[in-house]
Amino acid sequence: MNVLLDNFPEFRDGFIGTVSITAVSSVIALVLGVAIAGFRVSPVPPLRYFGTAWVTLMRNTPLTLLFLIFFFVVPEILFPGMSPFVLGSLALGFYTSSFVCEAVRSGINTVPLGQAEAARSIGMTFAQTLRIVVLPQATRTVIPPLSSIFIALTKNSAIAGAFSVAELFGWQKLMSDKGYDIVPVFIWVALGYLVVTFTISGLFRLLERRMEVAR
Amino acid sequence: MSASVLYDAPGPKAVVRNRIYAVVGTLAIAALIAVSLLRLADKGHLAPEMWDIFNYSGIRQNIADALVATLKAFGLAAVGSVVLGVVLAVGRLSDHKPVRWAATTFIELFRSLPLLITIYAIWVGFLTDYSMWALAAGLSVYNGCVQAEVLRAGINAVPRGQSEAAYALGMSKTQVMVTVLMPQAVRSMLPTIISQLVVTLKDTSLGFIILYPELLQTARLIASNTLVNGQYPYVSTITVIGTIYIALCLLLSSLATWIEKRGRRAKTGIAVAPAVQAPGTIDATAGTFGPNADTTGGAGGAGTGADGAGGAGVSQN
Repeated sequence: MNVLLDNFPEFRDGFIGTVSITAVSSVIALVLGVAIAGFRVSPVPPLRYFGTAWVTLMRNTPLTLLFLIFFFVVPEILFPGMSPFVLGSLALGFYTSSFVCEAVRSGINTVPLGQAEAARSIGMTFAQTLRIVVLPQATRTVIPPLSSIFIALTKNSAIAGAFSVAELFGWQKLMSDKGYDIVPVFIWVALGYLVVTFTISGLFRLLERRMEVAR
Repeated sequence: MSASVLYDAPGPKAVVRNRIYAVVGTLAIAALIAVSLLRLADKGHLAPEMWDIFNYSGIRQNIADALVATLKAFGLAAVGSVVLGVVLAVGRLSDHKPVRWAATTFIELFRSLPLLITIYAIWVGFLTDYSMWALAAGLSVYNGCVQAEVLRAGINAVPRGQSEAAYALGMSKTQVMVTVLMPQAVRSMLPTIISQLVVTLKDTSLGFIILYPELLQTARLIASNTLVNGQYPYVSTITVIGTIYIALCLLLSSLATWIEKRGRRAKTGIAVAPAVQAPGTIDATAGTFGPNADTTGGAGGAGTGADGAGGAGVSQN
């Protein structure tokens, strides 16, 4: 009990940090993931190759390695002096984008063939077919896997804590460095994460119900 | 729907347009890579001396040791997680309520927590001086829970008639599980199990945070202890070690894909699951086997029907 009450400001900052890094990198992952899924089904071969390479590479890279790359290599290429928060959300967002891409792509595959054919036969272009006809229908099948992807993202954000981003794992580390017993610290941090993940799965269940349409 | 359904066979105009997009896209990607390389060269990261450090036998020895350390932790975690997965899966399908509840609670709790905080808690709390065992234990607990869910989905996918027939022959519960359900479940879930092992391999990199001298930790140590041209060779070490890591993971995931393709060819047995890789530290079952994973007591239920024991608990959960 004391651990939490004595260090509540830090815990609160950590919790807010976890929530905000999750939110920011979710947005990055979603935008990037949908764009790369579009690349992967596009009629232009180099874009397809790029999409495939991106997914293969990102999926087989340990997230810790990606964090190392973003903290030690990327500042050498882009502007130096980006904050750990920005670098962390970028690493997390890039990593998750490959999983979002695969989810969206398999969602596209579940849309009945006739839909795209009908769209083409009334003269829609590739971009129009995807944007107006296929993607909106794919959304419904994509939402359940997206929910587990974002929960995984929340859990993965713990790694950012080890790279000096203020979030819940950082608090756990700080407390154990201060000499508190690890068990209560673990329980409080676990509760913090559970709150975030349950909120996400609740939100997605709500979304699923809203989007539910008889097919 | 295959990708080609989304667009017509290109006519002459579309061919030209696609070619333009292709050239522009290729140029953009090439330019991005070129700018990155130029910037790195500017900062001196591409100087030969930076990469020459990998010719020193000491550093080579360090990398070899680190590779062995990573593989050791991975081996321990792989065995631990599969064993724990089998135990938990059987526990969750058990006819006895307390066992089922204990297994379900354990799985749901550790599956929904970040792996890192589990590993860190085990390290600080119990195994401070044994970071390898702390890493292996944390990985086993987390991945064991995921493997348990994968196996459970596999067991539930075995047609009910199989276990009913086995019970009709007079087999005991253990015999049915060991000789009828498990082999089929493992066979059909092998690609998913191996994909989860890839995730386990990737997650050994969390040893970096508890200072276990695996590949990434070694990369950091090499880079921060070697001074070349007044700079620390982070870029070159991360490139080399990263390549090793990605090669290992690609090797293991291509094994999973190969087994999946091989399984598809076979005419017998239940369908082989796709080799889906879950995003890093996540539940593999949630997305892929949603409908299957939620039907607890499918196989267990069939068992109790014939067995007559513990029938009360079956309808629950």
